[in-house]
Amino acid sequence: MNFFQNNYLPVRYITVLLLLALLSPGMAAQGVIDAFEFESVEQEARYQSLVAIFRCPKCLNTNLAGSDGPIASDLRREIHRMVKEEQSDAYISGFMQSRYGDFVLYDPPFRVDTWILWLGPLVFLILGLAFLRRFLGQREPAMTDEERNELDQLLARGERSPSGE
Amino acid sequence: MGRLRLFLPLCGFLLLVVMLWLGFSLNDPHILPSALLQKPFPGFELPSLQDAEKTLTQEDLKGKILLVNVWATWCPTCKAEHAELMRLKEQFGLEIAGVVYKDEPDNARRWLAAYGDPYIYNIIDRDGRLGIDLGVYGAPESFLLNAEGKILYKRVGEVNARIWRDEIRPRLEQLEYFDLDQQR
Repeated sequence: MNFFQNNYLPVRYITVLLLLALLSPGMAAQGVIDAFEFESVEQEARYQSLVAIFRCPKCLNTNLAGSDGPIASDLRREIHRMVKEEQSDAYISGFMQSRYGDFVLYDPPFRVDTWILWLGPLVFLILGLAFLRRFLGQREPAMTDEERNELDQLLARGERSPSGE
Repeated sequence: MGRLRLFLPLCGFLLLVVMLWLGFSLNDPHILPSALLQKPFPGFELPSLQDAEKTLTQEDLKGKILLVNVWATWCPTCKAEHAELMRLKEQFGLEIAGVVYKDEPDNARRWLAAYGDPYIYNIIDRDGRLGIDLGVYGAPESFLLNAEGKILYKRVGEVNARIWRDEIRPRLEQLEYFDLDQQR
């Protein structure tokens, strides 16, 4: 599928928009600004945190807040609606997941088919530690007791010799 | 044995190559697995394109095997897909319901008048609400429904001759769609 398939804006408009975005770094950093109205500051804060935790289905690694794709804007509208209806986080999360699957969640659920994702790193850590233990355990000690005695004697003699001659 | 152990890092490396190759090549990250497979088509109440007075609902989709095609006149891939939909309608009598996704109804009417109409009817989803309930994130997308209105298969992107041959036709054969067709 063509990445720009949903873009029906002529390229020169996009260029102008990009240049404008360069002129206003603050705006560009914030991504997209919608003219949504909220009943309270809490509602707006909740909306802002929600659009940050869902991934835009069209773009591979942008959240809903940061994407200017048409689908991201539609989903922001839906989340705005649900926030105004005072729906719970679980409801909104379920809404997104039942339609777009786990893909939209940055924090995947722990399930039979996702255990490897969660436990994989732990398994590798254990394997690594076991390997390290075996590797270190196999190494012969630097000196046997016999060798150590011999070395002590040599050192003792060395200390004596300059003054002894 | 001691010498064979020298090959362990190489084996690990080859394993990594195979895993990464599978992960990157077989898994197109642009295509999301549908969360709606084996689920009923979501409820809706939207106007029909052909008859502005008429309201269509999910009940209208029941009673026969149907391909629901989400399309728009702003979508270039839909233009490429259109000829194939016409062929499927003419050659196999496939019944296709359209969802005009985020588009002006007049544009859609002009398009159908100019290029031909493969649809039995079209649902106008102007603000994309039905699209969201369907998990649509671009156009075109297509859904194969059984007679109970359950989603059996979803295609993200165009339906072309290969998708028809490899994905849709075998499913219809499984449902004995073609046998039923001959009995009629």
